[in-house]
Amino acid sequence: MTDQHVDREVLDALREVMEDSYPDLLDTFLTDSESRLHQLQKTADAKVLAEVAHSFKGSASNMGAVRLATLCQELEADAKGKSPAEIVKLVADISSEFADVRPIYEDERQHALTH
Amino acid sequence: MQAQEPLTILIAEDSAADRLLLSTIVRRQGHEVLTAANGAEALEVFRRQTPHLVLMDAMMPVMDGFEAARQIKVLAGETLVPIIFLTSLTESEALARCLEAGGDDFLAKPYNQVILAAKIKAMDRLRRLQATVLQQRDLIAKHHDYLLNEQRVAKAVFDKVAHSGCLSAPNIRYLQSPYALFNGDLLLAAYTPAGDMHVLLGDFTGHGLPAAVGAMPLAEVFYGMTAKGYGLAETLREMNAKLKRILPVDMFCCATMLCLSFQRRTVEVWNGGMPDGYLHRIATGERLPLAARHLPLGVLSPQAFDDRTEVQAMAVGDRVFLLSDGVIDTTDADDRLFGVERLQQLFAANREPDNLFAEIEQALHAFRGEPRDDVSMVEISLLEATQVVPSTPVYSDSGQSCPLDWSVSFEFRGATLKRFNPLPYLLQLLQEVHGLRTQGGAIYSVLAELYSNALEHGVLGLDSSLKRDAAGFASYYQQRNARLEALQDGYVRVHLQVKPQGAGGCLVIRVEDSGKGFDVARVMERPLDDVRLSGRGVSLIRQLGHNASWSDEGRSACVEFFWEVKA
Repeated sequence: MTDQHVDREVLDALREVMEDSYPDLLDTFLTDSESRLHQLQKTADAKVLAEVAHSFKGSASNMGAVRLATLCQELEADAKGKSPAEIVKLVADISSEFADVRPIYEDERQHALTH
Repeated sequence: MQAQEPLTILIAEDSAADRLLLSTIVRRQGHEVLTAANGAEALEVFRRQTPHLVLMDAMMPVMDGFEAARQIKVLAGETLVPIIFLTSLTESEALARCLEAGGDDFLAKPYNQVILAAKIKAMDRLRRLQATVLQQRDLIAKHHDYLLNEQRVAKAVFDKVAHSGCLSAPNIRYLQSPYALFNGDLLLAAYTPAGDMHVLLGDFTGHGLPAAVGAMPLAEVFYGMTAKGYGLAETLREMNAKLKRILPVDMFCCATMLCLSFQRRTVEVWNGGMPDGYLHRIATGERLPLAARHLPLGVLSPQAFDDRTEVQAMAVGDRVFLLSDGVIDTTDADDRLFGVERLQQLFAANREPDNLFAEIEQALHAFRGEPRDDVSMVEISLLEATQVVPSTPVYSDSGQSCPLDWSVSFEFRGATLKRFNPLPYLLQLLQEVHGLRTQGGAIYSVLAELYSNALEHGVLGLDSSLKRDAAGFASYYQQRNARLEALQDGYVRVHLQVKPQGAGGCLVIRVEDSGKGFDVARVMERPLDDVRLSGRGVSLIRQLGHNASWSDEGRSACVEFFWEVKA
């Protein structure tokens, strides 16, 4: 199940590159993502939505959260064209997906700190 | 492959996690990392730290990546600071925007370490290439300025050497670019002590300073020897020897040299490697080509050098026209040559000789458009002898110790007559007497005439009546050369005597030869202003000197010069 949400190979590569700073990276990603999510839920401006979604997409793909990245791409691609109801649904999907992957990153963080 | 040198790399990325990740990746690859969270910060960091390379996120708050990239490129100026855009933009339009904004490449997210390292390496190669180009450009500019200055100095020196000539004489018209010297084109003109005119149009091989540097020693020889009264052959011989000695093996000077004599109404020509000159006879309209019969100066050793000249008769108003090969070689936009035929057409179409020069200039301009630097032309007309006024030379000694009572005799025999011209030496001797200096021209003319009569009519036995017409003229000079070559015996004696007389003094010149003599009485009967081509020598001697007389059946000639000392 977790393999569909997060690409394990990406995590392995990140761990290898970051070495001792791996936990910091995970922390930063989680904090950033929370604030982005908050922005998405708060705003109705199509331009802002597209920008935040774009940014979120970038980090998500860097961190291997492939489904999350895809959802953000969808939101970014047609933020203007969608109705408010559709936007609310997409943002909810993004929020839900983030909730799903969050424990995985927290686990990684825990694991790195204790080994 | 060379290991990548460490660079200072600026990472401008607003996402904190991405920034952290990228910094770590880049640091691990051995580089120093600077970071910025938006475009304005990126600009500020760039100003302060001038990194070698920039990784720029496209979408950032405050100032986006495109604007920051534009401004960084402006700040960088001529130096290449590669900018790699970081982007998860996918549309080609968006990607093209990155490059238009001044980006040199882009890197997609998620970041691939291997690709990033490869792109950094490639961009660094370009950066170093640009730096090399700028360095070389500056070096070239410096050398270029240096070269131009050298040429300026060389030209200034040369102008001092060259300006002692008479190119501004009324019978000379010429066209030459101010930069002709650096194309090897050379034009010199000077009066001889007898009032004849020497002209040289030369063309050195090569371009720039190498072409110009041979001109100076050549000009010195030309002016020095012409002023002393040396003839064409001796001057050419000396110029050839000098150039042969000082120039590198593959350098030489094509040249046409003329001696125009207003008194004798002749032109003596030597052409070594130049295009044909033309002698335009106004009366018949004929244009006689003066073709190259010799190799250029500086090619043959002194022993092999051929100084034989051709002599042609001229009438008052006739012109000699010389040109350098820049005229013939002028090409039009389709690379066709102007050529000799077009020149001949211009000659044929010309109605007013005075306009020929301008007509040729116009035709060249119409043919090509911009003028070439190596187009040189000169036209010399034969004026009445009385219209020619050479400037008197200036001497530097005071005259307190000049010789006033002396005599000297020379006898020049067989082999010496063939190869030695005593006239310049005799003239130098006579110039020691201050009182005679103002008459230097007349004395030289008379001496030259007496000597040439003694040699040609006396020793060589040539018949002066041969010089009645143009064809006979050519025949006369051919025979002269042939008989001189074969000469074994015979002599010419020259006696000079200077004596004080009253407040001034008197010079007596006597010239004797070993020939058969001539009918003195018959020649004396002829009126003084004879306009025939031959026999003018005797008239000249009688007009320029005093008490001219012939004895010993014409084998001995005597003439006097007087001077007064002004208070």
